[in-house]
Amino acid sequence: MPPWPELQRAFAAALLNPAVEPSREFVGPDREASERRFAVYRNNVVVGLIDAIGDNFPVTRRIVGEDFFRAMARAYVTAEPPRSPVLLDYGETFPDFVAAFEPADPLPYLADVARIERAWTEAYHAADAQPLTAEAFAPLTPCDAVGLRLLVHPSLRVVRSRLPAVTVWRMNVADGVPKSVDFEAGGEDGLVLPPEADVEVRVCAPGGAEFVDALAARLTLAEAAEAALRADDRFDLSANLVALIAMGAFVGAEEVNRKATSN
Amino acid sequence: MSIVAASRRTFVLSAEAGVGLKPAHYRAILETNPAIGFFEVHAENYMGAGGPPHRWLTAIRERYPLSLHGVGLSIGGAEALDREHLQRLRRLIDRYQPALFSEHLAWSTHETAFFNDLLPLPYTTETLHRVVDHIDETQEALGRTMLLENPSTYLAFAQAEFSETDFIAEVARRTGCGLLLDVNNVRVASTNQGLDPVAYIDAFPLTHVQEPKRSAKSGGATQWAVRASPLRAGFAPDIDEKQRPLLIDAHDRPVDASVWDLYAYAVARLGPARTLIEWDANVPAWPELHGEALRAERVLAAACRKERADAAVA
Repeated sequence: MPPWPELQRAFAAALLNPAVEPSREFVGPDREASERRFAVYRNNVVVGLIDAIGDNFPVTRRIVGEDFFRAMARAYVTAEPPRSPVLLDYGETFPDFVAAFEPADPLPYLADVARIERAWTEAYHAADAQPLTAEAFAPLTPCDAVGLRLLVHPSLRVVRSRLPAVTVWRMNVADGVPKSVDFEAGGEDGLVLPPEADVEVRVCAPGGAEFVDALAARLTLAEAAEAALRADDRFDLSANLVALIAMGAFVGAEEVNRKATSN
Repeated sequence: MSIVAASRRTFVLSAEAGVGLKPAHYRAILETNPAIGFFEVHAENYMGAGGPPHRWLTAIRERYPLSLHGVGLSIGGAEALDREHLQRLRRLIDRYQPALFSEHLAWSTHETAFFNDLLPLPYTTETLHRVVDHIDETQEALGRTMLLENPSTYLAFAQAEFSETDFIAEVARRTGCGLLLDVNNVRVASTNQGLDPVAYIDAFPLTHVQEPKRSAKSGGATQWAVRASPLRAGFAPDIDEKQRPLLIDAHDRPVDASVWDLYAYAVARLGPARTLIEWDANVPAWPELHGEALRAERVLAAACRKERADAAVA
């Protein structure tokens, strides 16, 4: 009679791998081994995990259809089962998996749509924080402002895409309207915003993604603006700043080494 | 879907039914203030740092009692409990002050993998010690007595030394934990194990559903104003390789008629029992779900009347 740790290991090993034969210890009412009964657990576990991924990636699922999605998710959940009982966190690596999933190659935007969905989930469950209002910034002179290090909202996320992923995402949400998409029109970087009631996803202005990423990396406003301009010379600092403040993107600010910046 | 019932200390209190809280119903609940005993949530669904789910739950908790139901602690597993997960549970309990906290006689995690399912364990002396230690540790970490739910099972273990009901009775006796009687699980497990569900309920340690012993360590007193005993429904029929019936717990449909019968039987044995309707997938519109809770309340009201009548005769 195998001790429980050994038997549990055998149970777990056979769950996600159909090639592993279930232990003869798993029996029906007649005490005879029953593979069919073990199969119920195999099926429940895989279906439950596929459903969990489906819940977290509804737009990806809608784009590829139920059969394709379940086949793709099955490959993912057996390769990368959750590492925590908190399933809100499950699927962090799913967009990368989609990017490497060959049958999805004809849909080059799919992984980016999945990245938007992942960012959406993270934003939805991120810590609450009180955004700074425009009034809080009013007393600052431009000279003060360039030395500021802004603290971005915990739920703010940037998703880069060389394709119009935000447009594709938007027309495939629950009440989205399909339309033709110009894939030659250039990429869209998505900005995922702090949720008031629901998470919002917007397209970044030119250089906006680099600007937000630089601010999130704790660079000063001046340094972040430089980075954004390097990435795209159409970057407009004041327009980006006004828009970000209006959407509640900042929750704090500190002046860094003012002497050094003013020198 | 499933029904969960929790017996009350005294039948003088009106019996009440509650339902599992679903995001699709947040708005309808806050707008209509339905008359309902309580709501239950899966603890793991509220373990995000912040955001709308906590805002909705906070608003609903201000108006209704809450039952917190864990699905990820893996109490039946051979490995040590996940301390981080215990701390997450403790933080949720501190934040929402639920009337009760429950978990399963099952396991869901092995090494680093979480299987998102309630998996079975053999009922042996070895696992009895393991489960008792895990429940002691949980009650210690959470600072309160927990309720343990009977599982739905599809197979047995050749090495089993105890019946499920004897195992559960011994766990409750040793840890002082309370018990949830999930009637749907009784129906599912009994069919799958070739047992009579009525005999299962007769053998179930109902005294721990009604009068759970307080653990000296956790000293919990107030949460036992109510005790939960879940009754579940919703299963899909199948067969095994020897054409024996297999019932598969589904939680995606109304309570099955056979489970309502079993529920009425359990309530007749238990007395008025706080009851939960659990409907987790293919969730219906709010009025239909509420209707199932009201149906449970009618069964409870009948049990209340009978208790009063019996008391009057005595």
